[in-house]
Amino acid sequence: MHKYANPTEFMRIANAVLPWAAGVTVICFMVGLPLALIASPADYQQGEAYRIMYIHVPSAWMGLMVYSIMAGGSAGFLIWRHPIAHLVARASAPLGAIFTALCLVTGMLWGQPMWGTFWVWDARLTSMLMLFFLYLGYLALGEAFEDPERGDKAAAVLALVGTVNLPIIHFSVEWWNTLHQPSIFTMKGMTISADMIWPLFAMVFAFMGYYVCILVLRLRSEILNAKIRNARSARAAQPMSATTTAATQGAP
Amino acid sequence: MALTRKTRRMYFIGLGLLGLFGGAALMLSAFQDNLVFFRSPSEIAANRPSPTQRLRIGGLVEVGSIAKTGENVTFSVTDNEHVLKVSYKGILPDLFKEGQGVVAEGTMGADGVFAAREVLAKHDENYMPREVADALKKSGHWQEGGAPAKE
Amino acid sequence: MIDHLIHMGGYAAYVWPAYGLATVCIVGLYVTTRRTLKAREQEFERLKRERREGP
Repeated sequence: MHKYANPTEFMRIANAVLPWAAGVTVICFMVGLPLALIASPADYQQGEAYRIMYIHVPSAWMGLMVYSIMAGGSAGFLIWRHPIAHLVARASAPLGAIFTALCLVTGMLWGQPMWGTFWVWDARLTSMLMLFFLYLGYLALGEAFEDPERGDKAAAVLALVGTVNLPIIHFSVEWWNTLHQPSIFTMKGMTISADMIWPLFAMVFAFMGYYVCILVLRLRSEILNAKIRNARSARAAQPMSATTTAATQGAP
Repeated sequence: MALTRKTRRMYFIGLGLLGLFGGAALMLSAFQDNLVFFRSPSEIAANRPSPTQRLRIGGLVEVGSIAKTGENVTFSVTDNEHVLKVSYKGILPDLFKEGQGVVAEGTMGADGVFAAREVLAKHDENYMPREVADALKKSGHWQEGGAPAKE
Repeated sequence: MIDHLIHMGGYAAYVWPAYGLATVCIVGLYVTTRRTLKAREQEFERLKRERREGP
């Protein structure tokens, strides 16, 4: 595990994964979009409006998955001070926030024609909105302190506290009655016909591939940022004596 | 042997999360009643709300119960045990039809008719092409509307 | 077929904004990520050059 704590070693693997992830993303979007928009049949009760599902459901799953990764990375950072775990969490947060926002807005666009309203405060919609605020809180806390280390820790703690919301989102449609439908995955199998599930899976894989691509690019960017900061503080310290170095290091 | 700092941090975070999840579970079960989005006709029959109380009811639109006169519409909501009459004036969502899940917000009238201010359609988790739905209906393997009103 | 696709069974006003917004989010995040990365790469190169040349 400590082998992967070394950023250079980790990025060697990440960079090798990137072209494959990019390939999966492009192919899955090229297959998934025509299937979702044209080839898949209209739904018996929702007609063509159900095609919003092919954006809404992958975004929702990614919102949850990315949060789990972010929380795992935060735990790795808080317990083992694992630098890569922290960077993965940090680089994932904007992605998760965007997926969750996309889920919420496409849900509104779907709810208006089908339910007759774009928003209700039922358990599923409310807990999903909470997830979005948790992402925003994580992003804000990371920048809220003068000392970046303190901000990182505060954000990581928030990410862990927020994991309590994940089972609530998942089970909200089972524990309470909601306007939102229950999951298409039931004990008896899937409640969606085969010519609709494959386009959905293609879109889910496209979203996953996209997440990996952007994650790798953001990790590169984060590591460069750390190097730039180090180079700057080293340069600032250079002309001065050793005793003043410690005092200047905290300055921006 | 003294615990290393890493192990201590791990226990601290583990116990913290355990407490958090336990606390959340307790709170959610305590506020169970307030988290319910709508009540079923059976719950209304068992515990009639006052005419001033705004609430939501939900269930399936009973087959053959929809009567429209101009903008006014009346229909019955059923959970297969009790039936509740609903009156409404306004535009209905596209999905609103017989056998479909429905959630209505309004007040319980003194005459036992629920006066709805807003009517929302609730769809179930079944997705299939129309031909498949028709074939299922023909072969008798069709379950109308799923079960929107739980318990 | 194109008409059918554009019309979306009368739900075009909901379906197309959903796909449009998804495109904007996906492309937008890629572009901003890429732009930040390029800026930081250039900044890092500049710092390296300065250090090599010395003050």
